[in-house]
Amino acid sequence: MLAAGAITLALGMATQQPAHAEDKPYQVQDGKVDRGTYNGYRRYGNACERCHGQDGAGSSFAPNLTESLKRLSHEQFMEVVINGRQNVTSSQQSVMPPFGQVEDVVLYIEDIYAYLKARSDGAIGPGRPQRMAN
Amino acid sequence: MFRKIAVSAAALGLCISGASANEELLRLQRDPNQWVMPTGNYANHRYSELNQITRDNVAQLRPSWSFSTGVLRGHEGGPLVLGDMMYIHTPFPNKVFALDLKEPGKIVWRYEPSQDPSVIAVMCCDTVNRGVSYGDGKIILAQADAKVVALDAKTGKVAWSVTNGDPGKGETMTAAPMVFGDKVLVGISGGEFGVRGHVTAYNLKDGSMAWRAYSVGPDNEILFDPQKTTSLGKPVGPNSSLQSWEGDQWKIGGGTTWGWFSYDPELNLVYYGSGNPGTWNPAQRPGDNKWSMTIFARDATTGQAKWVYQMTPHDEWDYDGVNEMILSDINVRGRPVKALVHFDRNGFGYTLNRETGELLVAEKFDPVVNWATKVDMQTGRPEVVKEFSTRQGGEDTNTQNICPAALGTKDQQPAAFSPRTSHFYVPTNHVCMDYEPFRVSYTAGQPYVGATLSMFPPKGAQHMGNFIAWDASEGKILWSKPERFSVWSGALATAGDIVFYGTLEGYLKAVDVRDGKELFSYRTPSGIIGNVNTYTHNGKQYIAVLSGVGGWAGIGMAAGLQGDTEGLGAAGAYRSLANYTQLGGVLTVFALPN
Repeated sequence: MLAAGAITLALGMATQQPAHAEDKPYQVQDGKVDRGTYNGYRRYGNACERCHGQDGAGSSFAPNLTESLKRLSHEQFMEVVINGRQNVTSSQQSVMPPFGQVEDVVLYIEDIYAYLKARSDGAIGPGRPQRMAN
Repeated sequence: MFRKIAVSAAALGLCISGASANEELLRLQRDPNQWVMPTGNYANHRYSELNQITRDNVAQLRPSWSFSTGVLRGHEGGPLVLGDMMYIHTPFPNKVFALDLKEPGKIVWRYEPSQDPSVIAVMCCDTVNRGVSYGDGKIILAQADAKVVALDAKTGKVAWSVTNGDPGKGETMTAAPMVFGDKVLVGISGGEFGVRGHVTAYNLKDGSMAWRAYSVGPDNEILFDPQKTTSLGKPVGPNSSLQSWEGDQWKIGGGTTWGWFSYDPELNLVYYGSGNPGTWNPAQRPGDNKWSMTIFARDATTGQAKWVYQMTPHDEWDYDGVNEMILSDINVRGRPVKALVHFDRNGFGYTLNRETGELLVAEKFDPVVNWATKVDMQTGRPEVVKEFSTRQGGEDTNTQNICPAALGTKDQQPAAFSPRTSHFYVPTNHVCMDYEPFRVSYTAGQPYVGATLSMFPPKGAQHMGNFIAWDASEGKILWSKPERFSVWSGALATAGDIVFYGTLEGYLKAVDVRDGKELFSYRTPSGIIGNVNTYTHNGKQYIAVLSGVGGWAGIGMAAGLQGDTEGLGAAGAYRSLANYTQLGGVLTVFALPN
C-alpha cells in the first residue's frame, strides 16, 4: 500500500515536467514552432483567415481569436468550430459555419488550436512562424 | 441649363439607340440631375456634367443631411437618385430604403428580405452588396442568398423574385445588377468556394431567364462559337475552356462574376470580367484555366461571346479579373479608338479595342508591381518572374514579396473617367504579400482556398494606398496621391474638374483633376468603402456617399499590418485601421452653403 503510494508519487514527479509541456498544445523553441503549430497556421489561412483576419487578430466582421482564446476552453473551441455558432440580432449578424464535416478543418483542428493558442498566449508573434528543423 | 443638357442628351440617345437599348434608361442616364445606375452610365464613367461645385468652391462643401442604415457591416456601392427619390441599400440583411428628397431622409418605403443567416458564413470577406439598379419602374436587388428581386420603385412591393444560385454550394450575390434593354444582368459570387461562375440575363418584365453564360466549361454552356468567338483577333476553336483544365476540374473551376458590368448600346455588347480559377493553389489545377481571369464581350441579346481576353492565364496569386470595364472613346497613341479601359487586380492597366478585343496598351499602374515584367503584346500573356511565381515556388513553399497582394493593385472599387480630360482617376492599393500554396480538398459550400497569405506595404513604403490619374492612351501614371490605407471607395469625376473619393479612415475627399491636390476633406462617421455620386434637387448640386467600413478592406480593421518582427521597417510606423474608425452604415449628403 505504502509502496504503491510511493510509486504513484514518483510517477507524478517524473511526469511533472512533460505534463507541464502538454498543457501547451504548441512548442516554441528559439522562436520556431513545431510541425503541428506550423500546419495550424496554414490551415487557419485556408479556412479561417478570410473572416478572422491575418494572425487571428480579427476583422470588422469576425472576432479577434487571440482574445477569444483567452476565455474559451479547448473544449469550447472544439464545440464552436465543429458545430458553428450564430449570433444574429438587428444590429449584429455574426455567423460561424459548422466545420464538423470539413476534412481540411476537422483533420487538423488540434493544429489550428495550437497555432491560435500560441498566438493568444503571445508565444509567437504575427506573421508566418518559422518551423523547427525536423 | 440642366434641362437643356437633358434634352440634347435625349436627342443624342435617339440617334444611337439601335439595338435593344432601354430608351428610358438611356435617356435618364444622360440627365446629370439624376444618378440612375450604380456606375453612373452604361460606360461606367462615374462622371457628372454638374458643375456648381468646382475646384474653386469645393472647400466650402459641408454635410447637408445624413441617414443611418442601422446596419454595421461593410457598405459598398452607392445611392441611386431618380427624380425626388433616393434609393440606398445595405449589406446583409440587404435592406433597401426609398428616401424622399423633398423631406430629406424621410422613408417612403423600406424592404427587408427574410434570408437564412447561414448565408453569411459563405460570403467571402464580409457580407457586402454593391447596390440596386433601376429599370422599367422597378428596383432590382441581388440578395446575398442569390435571389434576384424586383421591387416596385414607387411602393417597394415585390414584382417578381427568382433564384440565381444555391448558397448551400457557396453561391451568393454581392454585385450590383445592370439593366440593359428589356433585361437585367446579374453575376454570381463564391470564388473562394469553388463556385463555377456565370452571368445571367433575366427579362425585366417577369424575371424569366433570357440566357445564362458560364465562365468555364463546354462551348454550349459558356456560349462560345468556336469560329466566331475570338481572342486577340483569332477564333478560339472548339472546347477552348475544357482543353485548358485537367479532367473535370472545370466543374469547380471558379471564374465567378462579382464585379461590374458595362454595356455599349451601339455595339449591343455587354462587358465584364471573371474571377479566380478554383483553388488558390495553382499546382492543383494545371493548365491555363480558361476562361477565368478574362474580359468578356457578349452579345446582349443572345449572350454569345464575341471576344475574350484572358489577362492572367493559370493564376498563381488570386488576381481576379472582375474590376469594371470603362468604355471610353479616346485617342490611343494618336488614333481614335472605341476603347475599353480596365485596371486589373494584377496591377496592369489595359486598353483594348472594345469592338474587336485587340490589345492596345498594357502597363503597370503601380511601379511596385513585380510578378510580371510586362505583357507580351502579340500573345497577350504576362511575362511571369520566376522568383514571384507561386507555381514555380511550388506547394508548401512560401513565395515572398510578391507585388501586388491578392487584394490587387485595385479591387472592385470603381475608377472614374472624365471626358473633359480624357483621363482616368483610379483608387488603388499599395500592398504586397507572401503566398504559400498547399493542397486542399473540395467540399461543396466550404472554403476552397489552398493558400496562406501575409500582406504588408511594399518595402520602404510609408502608405498602403494611392489615388492616381492615368493616361490610358500611353499607359502612364500622370499623378499619384498617397493615402495611409488602401483607397477602397469608388471615385466620381465632375465637370467642376474635381474628383471625389473616400478613404478607409472615413474622409470624403475632393482633389483637383490637374495634379491631385487635395481641395476638400470631411470625416464621415465610419470608413468609406462606398462609391460617391452626385445629383441635383431643386436645382442645387449634392454629393452623396455611404460610410460603413468593412469588406475585404475590413480585414485590416484589427490586424492592420505585420509588426516589426517581420523586419518590414516602415510598417512598424503603421497602426491598425481600428485605431481610426469603427463600424456603422451612414449615408452623408453634402452641399455648398446657400
